[in-house]
Amino acid sequence: MILKGFVLPGLPQPLLTPDAHPGYRKLRSAFDQVKAEIESLKPDVLLIYSTMWPSVLGHQVQARSVCEWVHVDEEFHELGSIPYRFEMDSALAKKITEAGTERGLHMKLVDYHGFPIDTGSVTALKLINPGQKIPAVIFSSNVYADRAETVVLAKAAADGLRAQNKKAVAIIVSTLSNRLFSHGIDPKKDPTSEHIHSLKDQEWNQKILEFLGKGRLEDVAQLSRQIQREARVRKVNNFKPFWWLSTVMGPHNRYQGSILAYESICGTGCAVVGLEPAEFAARDLEFDEDSPDVFTGERNVLEDVSHLGGMSSQTVHPGIHPGFEDGDGPEQ
Amino acid sequence: MKNGSGTGKIVAGCLAPHPPHLVYAENPPQNEPKAECGWETLRWAYQDLQKSLSEKDYDVLIVLSPHWRTYVGTHILGIPEAKSLSVDPVFPHLFRFHYDLKVDVELAEMIHAEAQSDNLEVQMMRNPDFRIDYGTIVSCHMSNPAWDKPIISLSSNAATAYFNVDVMQEQMISLGKATRRAVEKSGRKAVLLASNSLSHRHFTKEPSLPEDMSAEHIYNHSQYLWDMKVIEMMKKGQTRQLMELMPDFTEQAVSETDSGALTWMLSALDFPTKPAKVYGYGTVIGTGNVVAEWSAL
Repeated sequence: MILKGFVLPGLPQPLLTPDAHPGYRKLRSAFDQVKAEIESLKPDVLLIYSTMWPSVLGHQVQARSVCEWVHVDEEFHELGSIPYRFEMDSALAKKITEAGTERGLHMKLVDYHGFPIDTGSVTALKLINPGQKIPAVIFSSNVYADRAETVVLAKAAADGLRAQNKKAVAIIVSTLSNRLFSHGIDPKKDPTSEHIHSLKDQEWNQKILEFLGKGRLEDVAQLSRQIQREARVRKVNNFKPFWWLSTVMGPHNRYQGSILAYESICGTGCAVVGLEPAEFAARDLEFDEDSPDVFTGERNVLEDVSHLGGMSSQTVHPGIHPGFEDGDGPEQ
Repeated sequence: MKNGSGTGKIVAGCLAPHPPHLVYAENPPQNEPKAECGWETLRWAYQDLQKSLSEKDYDVLIVLSPHWRTYVGTHILGIPEAKSLSVDPVFPHLFRFHYDLKVDVELAEMIHAEAQSDNLEVQMMRNPDFRIDYGTIVSCHMSNPAWDKPIISLSSNAATAYFNVDVMQEQMISLGKATRRAVEKSGRKAVLLASNSLSHRHFTKEPSLPEDMSAEHIYNHSQYLWDMKVIEMMKKGQTRQLMELMPDFTEQAVSETDSGALTWMLSALDFPTKPAKVYGYGTVIGTGNVVAEWSAL
């Protein structure tokens, strides 16, 4: 069961230099609010899907019971080091990995001393769970994965919670627009140097926040592909975190959204948002994307796929009128 | 090693890809996981490169690594020594390497100064807790497993993702020139390592035994054709033509040349026209990798 969902940015400034800019302080205050809310909710576990932990080999799940290291961000190393000691819910991580495997995903447990937990997860766990009273499970974001895999991954997480009868807070670590300035800024000396990178990014961030503020989580999820095109530097295949969050929480718009902060960090759009299950939907729309229960692998669209079944969202003969045999063309 | 005499030289530039699988299969004492075998053609290629470099008189390895990814310009390792455990975030079951290395900070600062004078965005990395990325470590280890030379590591900035390959090329050509000037002013003899694969589409699954070579092959034929085209150009000394082809190659082969490592290295060598010595080609989890050397002697 998911008690509440949160969207958190992963850049380290609110943790390391909250007073370098008024916006960082506002974000830090919002993190503090999230911390207080989580303490009052008393979840068994924090589920974190981090866009800042890229994976290639399927989906990795952090399962080491105690993770201890001194982390330094590869970009913002001058801001300082981050010593941490985190506790993970190893039993749940294993259960989710089993569930994901049963659902056709390539899943890998991560249980190694010194594994580099990403800056986003480190920042989130340090700020919202400072005493590490609540164990966590962290999910990687596969660079090649698209919607189907991500939806199935979230369903595997829900399987694990059900199997172990655990209450969770679900968190995605992600910026909205992710374009950093490609030059250094000094927001302490010149506060005006810190702002959203472009008006286009700003407008897209505001649109996303307008939806989230009204609790329209599934609407944002359905916009993910367009957000990827319009407001994201395309470092990975797609913009996936809202697919994961909407699936693990429930793919609909029945939420109470609260925007706790929205500021820029080095040009990126950073928002702290809460989403609480509600009685009524903000809007009741029809969604046209399927909700796969299992991942059956990538489809090779260059080969004859007429022997395949169960493809609910695409014809096996794209662009060709139905009813023709293989090899026949449409009427001229 | 000379300091600031102005007679420095880049003695070789190498394409030295960094799949952690190669270190895993080598079974050095520094790496925790142990392998039965694997990726021999590439490892033999690296052995030939090691032999060639061992016959050269050089002071420092300078590596540009795609796995130290920065977005605000190029960062340069600026701590005198580093000792820690590097765990690959993608292949942690294969690479957990205990490193202990020295850095030529003086030359690193000279590269920084030369790059700044060309208006490039550069920054020194001074945090002593910083963990060295596995790309840097793999390329350096496979080129010089004795670790008896200091290194300099340069980050890869994301100009390809943020803008396009042309912008990346322009920046990396400038950075290459700045590196060359710094080496010449320093009096050092340097070997440059471009730590990137060619085609770079991975399989998203691996066999239960990672070194099971019956499962290893190129991801698809088009990647292979692109890799062979690029290698052919290297063998003919057509490095300037390769630069012109780089945008198409990078996009269509999903190449790790997007990191700028190869462009930086060839620019630092002033785009050599003599053929590269190609030591070997092999695939690692579907990606195409070549070990090659341009000797400047």
